[in-house]
Parts: sequence; C-alpha cells; structure tokens
Amino acid sequence: MVRAQVLICGGTGCTSSGSVKLIPEFEAQIAKNGLEDEIKIVKTGCFGLCELGPVVIVYPDGTFYSRVEESDVKEIVEEHLLKGRIVERLAYTDVAADAVVKGNVSLSDTRFYSKQKRVALRNCGVIDPENIEEYIAMDGYAALGKALTEMTPEEVIKTVMDSGLRGRGGGGFPTGLKWSFTAKNQADQKYVVCNADEGDPGAFMDRSVLEGDPHCLVEAMTICGYATGATEGYVYVRAEYPIAVARLQKAIDDARAYGLLGKNIFDSGFDFDLFIRLGAGAFVCGEETALMTSIEGNRGEPRPRPPYPAVKGLFGKPTTENNVETFANIPQIILKGAEFFNSMGTEKSKGTKVFALGGKINNTGLVEIPMGTTLREVIEDIGGGIPNGKKFKAAQTGGPSGGCLPASLLDIQIDYDNLVAQGAMMGSGGLIVMDEDTCMVDIAKFFLDFTVDESCGKCTPCRIGTKRLYEILEKITSGNGTLADLDEMESLCYYIKENSLCGLGQTAPNPVLSTYKQFKDEYIAHVVDKKCPAGVCKSLLSIVIEADKCKGCTLCSRVCPVGAISGTVKNPHVIDQSKCIKCGACIEKCKFGAISKK
Amino acid sequence: MADVNIKINGKDYTVPAGSTILTAARMAGIEIPTLCYLKEINEIGACRICVVEVKGARSLVAACVFPVNEGMEIFTNTPKVIESRKTTLKLILSNHKRECLSCVRSGNCELQKLCHDYGIENEYAFAGVKSAYAIDNSAAHMYRDNEKCILCRRCVAACEKNQGCGVIGANDRGFDTHIACAFEKPLADVACISCGQCITVCPTGALSERDDTQKVFDALNDPAKHVIVQTAPAVRVGLGEEFGYEMGTVVTGKLVAALKALGFDGVFDTNFSADLTIMEEATEFLGRYTKKENLPLITSCSPGWIKYCETYYPEFIPNLSSCKSPQGMFGSVAKTYYAEKMGIDPKDIYVVSVMPCTAKKFEAERREHTAVEGLADIDAVLTVRELARMIKKAGILFRELPDAQYDAPFGLGSGAGTIFGATGGVMEAALRTAYEVLTKEELTALDFHDVRGVAGIKEATYTIAGNEIRVAVVSGTANAGKLLEMIKSGEKTYDFIEIMACPGGCVNGGGQPIQPASVHNFRDIRAERAAGLYADDKALPVRKSHENPDVKAIYDEFFGEPNSHKAHEILHTSYVARKKY
Amino acid sequence: MKSLAELAAIREKMQGKVVLREGSGDIRVVVGMATCGIAAGARPVLSTFVEEINNRDLAGKVTVSQTGCIGICQFEPVVEIYEADKEKVTYVKMTPDKAKEVIEKHLIGGKVIDEYTVSNI
Repeated sequence: MVRAQVLICGGTGCTSSGSVKLIPEFEAQIAKNGLEDEIKIVKTGCFGLCELGPVVIVYPDGTFYSRVEESDVKEIVEEHLLKGRIVERLAYTDVAADAVVKGNVSLSDTRFYSKQKRVALRNCGVIDPENIEEYIAMDGYAALGKALTEMTPEEVIKTVMDSGLRGRGGGGFPTGLKWSFTAKNQADQKYVVCNADEGDPGAFMDRSVLEGDPHCLVEAMTICGYATGATEGYVYVRAEYPIAVARLQKAIDDARAYGLLGKNIFDSGFDFDLFIRLGAGAFVCGEETALMTSIEGNRGEPRPRPPYPAVKGLFGKPTTENNVETFANIPQIILKGAEFFNSMGTEKSKGTKVFALGGKINNTGLVEIPMGTTLREVIEDIGGGIPNGKKFKAAQTGGPSGGCLPASLLDIQIDYDNLVAQGAMMGSGGLIVMDEDTCMVDIAKFFLDFTVDESCGKCTPCRIGTKRLYEILEKITSGNGTLADLDEMESLCYYIKENSLCGLGQTAPNPVLSTYKQFKDEYIAHVVDKKCPAGVCKSLLSIVIEADKCKGCTLCSRVCPVGAISGTVKNPHVIDQSKCIKCGACIEKCKFGAISKK
Repeated sequence: MADVNIKINGKDYTVPAGSTILTAARMAGIEIPTLCYLKEINEIGACRICVVEVKGARSLVAACVFPVNEGMEIFTNTPKVIESRKTTLKLILSNHKRECLSCVRSGNCELQKLCHDYGIENEYAFAGVKSAYAIDNSAAHMYRDNEKCILCRRCVAACEKNQGCGVIGANDRGFDTHIACAFEKPLADVACISCGQCITVCPTGALSERDDTQKVFDALNDPAKHVIVQTAPAVRVGLGEEFGYEMGTVVTGKLVAALKALGFDGVFDTNFSADLTIMEEATEFLGRYTKKENLPLITSCSPGWIKYCETYYPEFIPNLSSCKSPQGMFGSVAKTYYAEKMGIDPKDIYVVSVMPCTAKKFEAERREHTAVEGLADIDAVLTVRELARMIKKAGILFRELPDAQYDAPFGLGSGAGTIFGATGGVMEAALRTAYEVLTKEELTALDFHDVRGVAGIKEATYTIAGNEIRVAVVSGTANAGKLLEMIKSGEKTYDFIEIMACPGGCVNGGGQPIQPASVHNFRDIRAERAAGLYADDKALPVRKSHENPDVKAIYDEFFGEPNSHKAHEILHTSYVARKKY
Repeated sequence: MKSLAELAAIREKMQGKVVLREGSGDIRVVVGMATCGIAAGARPVLSTFVEEINNRDLAGKVTVSQTGCIGICQFEPVVEIYEADKEKVTYVKMTPDKAKEVIEKHLIGGKVIDEYTVSNI
C-alpha cells in the first residue's frame, strides 16, 4: 500500500536542470531500502518555482525540496522516506511568518505559494500528466460529462459568460461572448483552435499547462466544441516545446482510447476530435489570424479583420480561438459554476491570472494569483523582493506589447483595465522586474528589437515603421539623439499603433510609449545631457580611474582587452577614452574601488 | 443584397451591403488611394495607404477590405488620415531605391504618383538602413529589382491565383522580407512560365520586362542587316494607351507608321501568320478528329501556356498542337519563303517581333525546330512597352503620324487573325475555317458568341456537318490547371481547347501597357481591349483565315497545302517535359 | 466513455492514489519513524494505518505521514493524531492491532482511547 509519493517535476525548466536523472536514482534508492510498495514516484508538470529546480515534493506531508541533485537522493530516501526526518538542508524554507507549520515545511505554507490561488494550474505539479486516470481522479472530464449530459450548448456558453472569464492571451476579450459569436453562425463545419504558440519572451504558463495538465486542455476544447457546434479542434503548439507536444499527443491518444474524444462522447451524440499542429516559433503566429493561416499551411501572416474568425476563421469556417490558459479555466467553471470563478478577482476581471515572474527578483517562476492582487504583493511577498538589496524601478508586463509600471504604481491592483489605463497590458502574463540598474530607454530598445525581429513584414507600419523607430532609439542610446528625435519617435509610435494591420504591430510601440510616459526624464537625460542615468548605455558613459584611490597595482591595465589603460607601477593609471570599449573588466578587477562608470 | 445607409465625409449615401469602404467611396465619387489591393486576388490590407477613419473604430481601418455596415460614418480625408498616408509613403520611400528620374516606370509608377499627389515634402525622412538586393536578371523575359519593391504582393497574387504557378512569395520576415523564389533560387531555375503577369500588376519599377530595345536599335543601325518586324494582333489595341489613347483604341495605322519611321526594312502583320496558324491547326484538328487521335487538341499559340503545360501537365504534351505559334510561323517563313522571294541570305535577315507578351522572349530562345538550321526564327522580341519606349526615344510624335499600311507579302491579315488577341479568338477563327472546310458551304454568321467574353473557362458544343465538336476556351493558367484536372478525372471531355496563359488572352498579356490598380480594380481591361479587336474584325473585308490572299499565295507558291511535308518541316515544332523543381 | 458512471468508477478507483497530494485531510496521523521507532516496530504500525485508512475509504479525510524522533524513545512506536481545533493526541507503544483500534474508535468513532495515550503511562 502506498503511503507516500515523491513528485518529481518533469517540466521543461526542471528537466533542463536535471530532474530526469533523479527518477532512476530515486527508484534505485527506494528499492535498496525495500520501500517499493510504499513509495510511489510520479513525474509531474511544473510546480512554478523554476528558479529552484529540480524540484521534488514528498506527499502526504508536502515537503518541498529544491535544487535536488542526484547525490541528494540517497539522503532523502533514507532520512525522509524511511525515517520521516526532513532533510532540512534541501527543504525550501521561505515560510510565511503566519504559516501554521504542522511540524513540517509544507509547500502550501511558503510565501511563494500562500498568496497564490491555483485554478488554471491546479493540477500542475500534482498529477502525473501522462496518466489520464490521475486526471480523472482529480475530477477530470467531469465537467465535460456534466456539459454533455446535463447542459445545453447555450447553458454552457451562459455559464462561461457569467463567470466573467476573459481571454488570457492578450487583449482580454470576454470568452463567453467569443463563443457565442461562433455558436450563432451556421456552417457545415466549425473549428475550435487553441493558441499554444506562446511567444512572449519569458512567458511559459501555457507550456506549463500543456506539460503538467494536458487533459485539462483536451477537456476544455471539447466543451468549447460542444458549446459552439464545432466537431474538430486544432492545438497550435511551438515545435520548441517537445515535452509539451509529446504529453499533449499522449493525452489526445488516451482521451480517444477512453472515448473522451471521438464519436458520440458520453453517449450524447456529440462528436469531437483534436489535432496538433506544430509552429516554427514565429512570434506573429500567436496572432489569431496568422495562427490560422499557418495551420492552413501558408506563411504565418495576419489577415485583415473583419471577417472575424467567428465568421470566417480556419479554412474559412467559423472558428473559436482561445489560448491555453483561458481554456485551462473552463473545466473548473463548468464543474463548479460561474460563481466559483466570478467570486475571485475585481469587478471587470474575474478569476486568477498566471504570471511568469522574471528579471531582478528573488523567486522567478510561475505564479497564479487572483485578479486584483497588488503588484507589491507579487513582487515583495510572492517574488521575495529584489536581489542584492537593490531598489525596485519598474515592472514590465505584457511582453513586447506591454508597458512598464514604475514604483509609484506598486500598489496597483493587477487586472486588465488597470494595466491598460497605465499604458501596460496583461498580455500573456510575462512580468519582468527591473531594478535601479536598468536603463528604461535601453529596455524600450530591447523590446522593440524583439518586435522588429519578429515582424512578419506584411504591413508597412510594422515592417518599416518599427525598424525606423528602433533606429531612433539607437540614435538616442548612442548619444546622438536630439529633442526633435523624441518628437519624431513619439509621433511614429502613434502612427504605428493606428496604422498597423494586426495587434502585434498596433501594440509594438507600447514599450516605448510607456517608458517615455513614466520615465521621460531618462530619455531627456540621454538626448540633452548625453548621460545614461542607470549607466547602461555604453556610448554614454566613460570609465574613469580616480587617481587618489588608484594604488598603481597595474591589474587593470593587464586585464584591459584593448590596451586602453596606461600607467606605471605604484602610480595612478589613466584610461584612454578613445580606445576604451567600456567592457567594465577593469572595474571588476580593481581591488580598491578606484574605477567606476561615470 | 440589401442596401445600407452610410455617411462618407458627412454626406449620406446608400450602397450595396457587403461593399468595402473603398468601393462605396468610389461610388460616391471619391478615390481612396491603394497600393496592395487588387480586386479579387490581393485583398490583404497590407500597405495601409488606404486607411480611413471610421467613427467608433479603435484605430484607422483599411478601406480596401473593410466592409461597410448600416449607419457607418467614414472620413476619408481628415488630417489624421492624410498624415498617416504621408508617413506610410515616407516609410516606403525610406527603403526604396530612388532612381525615379530614369526608372523604367517613371511617369507610370503608382508610388511616384501618390508621393506627388500627397506632396511628400521630405522624401529623405526616416533615413536609416536600406535593404540591398542583387537584381535577378536570370530569366529570359524579365528583371526583378527588389530594392524598388514595396512588398504589395500583387505579383505574388497574380502568379499564384491567376496563373496557378506560385513561384514567387515572401521570403524572410520583418524588415528583411522580400519577394523571391523558394530557396532564393533565380527565376530562371524555377517553374516560372514567363507570362509576365507579375510585371503588369507591379505598381513600381521592381518588376520589368527584359529590355531588348538597344539590341533592336543596334540591328537597325547595322547596314548589313535586313531588319523586318511583325506586330501581334493585340499590339494594335494596346499600344495606344502608351500615347494617351483611351483603352480599347485600335491604332494599327500609326503603329505601322511608327515602325517604318524607326527604320524597319519591312513591317508585317502577325495576323498573317495567325491565319497561317489556322490553316495548319484546323487541318491538324480535322485530321486528329477524324482519327480520334490525341484529343482534345489544345492550341499552342501562347508560349506561357506551352511552358505551363510542359512543366505542370507534361502528360498533355501529346494533345498540344504541333503548330508553331504565329510568332514562330512568321519567323520561319521570313527566313525561308521571304528570304527566297527577296533573294536575301537568311543570315542577314533580322526578325523582330512586337508582342503583347513576355513569354515570347522565352519562346524566341527555344531551339527545338528552327526553320533554318543554325538560325533563330526570331532574333528579338519587344513588348508593347518596349516599342513605346523606342518610339519615344526616337522622337517620333506618335499621335501626329499619318496611318500607314503593312508591307507585302505578309501585310494582309483577316479578322480571324485579329481576334487571336482575345480569349476565344483562336477558337472562333478555327471554327470559321473548319465550318467551311467540313460543310463546303459559306459561313454567314461569323460571330461565335459562346466563346467570347472574359470568363476564365467557356465551353460550347457545335454541330458542323453532322460532327459534334465539343470545345472549351480557357484563359489564365490557373483555369487551365482546373480544366485539365477535370479532363483527367473524366468529368469533362472535349475535342478542341484553346488555352491562353494570360487572363483574357493577349489583350491582357504580360507585355501590354501597364495600367495602375485604380484601373484594374474598377474597369475590365480585358473586356475593353477585346472590344477594340472585335470591332476591328467586324470592319475588315476578309474575316476568314483561308480567304486571306497572302495565305493563299504562300500555299500556292511555297507550301502546297496545309500540313504538307514542307509545312511540317517549317511550321511545326515539338515540346519538352520540364521539371517543376 | 459512454456514461458518467463509467467516469465515476475510474475516479473512485484512482482517488486513493492521488488523494495523498491534496494536502491536509482533516485529520493527520503522524507516525514516528526514526531509528528508535523503526527498531520498536513502527513500520508495521505505519503500514497498518495506511492500509486500513485506504480500505475504509478514509483517505480523503485522514492523512498519514511520518516524522522523525519525537523524543520519547522509550515509548516508541509513537503515533500522534492532529485534528483541527482539537488537542493533539499522542499514542505510545503502538502495535498494528492497536492501530486498527485507534482507527475504529478514534478516527471513525471520535473517541480517544485514553489507555494508549502518553498521559496514561
């Protein structure tokens, strides 16, 4: 009889930090101690704290072990599994002060988890994603059963509408409304499409769901098919997500084998089947019309709307498209009712949202929080604050389409409308924290560089406009900008927003506009004072040696790759600014703190 | 469809539901500029020059694809709209090779016209990196200069949707996007059929025909050469547009006069060799029809179609007529019969063709069966556009020229030859002759209306002297592909098929004068030019190929009879299967 | 899948296997499993709890886990029962039979078996 389970994260993050090697080692150690019948090993999806991977959780007590190496396994088995003694040195100990510690360090008590509320990610890190029966045990497919046997398609749509769920992939369009559009269009064939072409830099919540709870997506898409009258679905996944693709394919195969996909599901007369299409990783294919064009076998480029996908979508047929996280909420909404969902969140943004925390923050990883949680709670409590005692400067949300929230907005309640009002956006949920060492002009340039690179090249404003915008930013960060350039930059931003063909182009200038709005002084400093206040833009800073601190040790001149530093032993050295490439190697080498960027 | 009420610039209009803002505005007498839009084949909303303001819309909308709906309020000329269009133009210019003064399309460039109309005061705005591409001049018929390309994709649409080839597309992405063949192959190495439809839809000088004008000037200036020229049927109805004539105007007399002014030693009519083609092809058809051999017979006048068949449907090569095209037949008789008659060494005869076609340049370089061993049948091919350029360069005031007559012995053409220039014309010409051959009676109702018109695929069945002849007429190789598939599947059976590569036939050929999208989108170029040819036919004294006195003479003096051994040697050819990749 | 009943059957069958991970049941049974406990026979006690609780479908309500040395080695095997809003109960010198009795009377019946508790030693 199994008394304990060892959950080993098999998400992409932990896989790359070595979780795969842990499994055979656990098996070996458990066998060695004769515990095979008592301890079960389960490979799960992502727990969220990728920073700390590989992650291992021991149930029933829920002990959370982080950065577990192969050599640690023996100790965990002998101490914890055999003798019940937690291996303290591996246990994650960021325990919230008010947590009730039941004699153990429990996962749910950590500050990282205690403020989270897991709906979309509820099964991630909990079940074996490759085992359909484990999903069923967690009430899986019960929502589908309920929808097909007890509800009309109209009732399903009404429930989704009442739940207040909005699209989790970008603009936040009400999901129920979207479904109702497709439902009311008559056609011989309709489709459900799942956008799993997660492209925002740093965002990986969709991958987590696919890897950790693929059946949830299968179930949700089938429900959507029933509600909208579609009998076929496509999941468009990046080919760069091999684990996700493999698990989703297994989930589809298993669902077919269990009769949860295919003909006459739950004897309701409803047929539905699901297919995977691989994307080659073009960012633009996350745009819904480009995604459909790509599924159809053409170059992934957006097409004009109208006609909207609900009228003329995939293969010219009415189509409902949602992203993975949106779908991941559906089974819970159907099973537990609209109120379960709309009791969480703010007035216009219901439920929870998953964010990928990254950048200058202690706990990076995936977090799912109720809408309305403040940015401060996310950064200080869940994220554990900024490393190295640095000051918070801004948080960037919404990826390349989003914007920056400065420190003055730390108490903003995160929801769709509050973010948009501040020039940022929810996007797919990337949340990148920046500290005082970040140059906001450089950040704008960074995001724009991404957009320029990923523009599909179809429409003029995005193809040429973003390139020219980038060139203006380059001019500014290299110290050649003028105030007139700032004006041209701003008007070009508005032009691109107004004139671009698709959402990507229309939002491409957001990182520039929002940093310009929130950190205008930094832009001015770059063009007027020719200074980069954060000391990032290389062309705008010089590295100098303070003569009174320099002991003449010559270390700096020896490390300089371009021979820009000269001086004799025991005499102050000097840097030839015309040769210096500002690499900063000398600063690191100097033992006396005599060298700095000015 | 029901009508909807809309407001454009504050005024009320009632327009058909389903109209785009562009067409609705056009009905209201307002022209919204476009660059990428081509009716039915390129409705992609990409260039953004046609943006307008719509009350309540989040951003500007593309008029070319945005449908009107009840109560919509549209503003086509607000400061925001004008500024946006100007910025779009400036951005395009910032990555455009600006050699506008000498560009082949100067004066007929849609981008240039818009920059002028909108008064772009600083065409060097947004200075930055410019794309650098080598010119692709690999193909026999055209050049592609991507540094002048504005990525409207009209060429891509024409190639794929009208011609069913799809040999060009967008490569790379973002700022690096450019139109090219797969794997950056040169155009000569892909399954391009040389039809030149891409050129006729290009708004700028990015695509142009291979310029052979200097080659022809050089020949004209070479005293050792006897330089003669032939003009295809559709040239007479196209050329006028280059000199300000209304579309559809037939300018045969001035065309001939201009060629004489240029110094050609003989100016001849391809209508003559079109009639010759009918003699050969009608005979070939009756032979095959009697023997029920290799039917349907498919015409071979259109070199774009021939290359399409060789490349995409080589299994239909046995069905192709073995007749050379009228251009080829002309060159063949010029270097044999004409040389003999005039007593000139064929080596010294330089044959120039003026064609509405770019594929004729490719055809001229084929060497399957030249009439004289070691000599090309045709030495140079000029498109209508190139001829116009030569006339302008030579300072010939075209409109002031008195009409002139073609020279003998190839100066006479029948009305049947004239209508070769429009889709269905070859079929109609063949039917006129076949009827009289089969029935031995005079045909009085000469107009075969079923095979006329711009429809891509037309069919008819004629009972002539008790023989039921099932015919089809196709233009645009995409339609050809469709028809051949239906034949392969057994869904359709025909005896005789006319296929022209270009939609509408030669009147809309890849070598014809270029009309801007504003004309393509609101007028039917094919129909207007074809109307000119049909009127020409009607007015001609001889309207049947076999009644052409020059044709009769050449059989009497030289070939004996159609499909004779000599005719086969000189007037017929063969084809090769080509690989797609 | 033709019926909800079929689905429910799979759920029933599997529930015991995943319920461990749902975190805290209302009742927590913690068995001391340090060297002293194991030497005194804690393993069969632990197994008995796990098996019986599963057999009686209590898995959703009761969580069985182990802990290290509780510090009263002479009374091992030691089992502690935690229940929300109630005092912790510590049973000592446990055996598999006593374990079954604790399940029957305490976990199901709600009555503490005083004679096995530490306070009665």
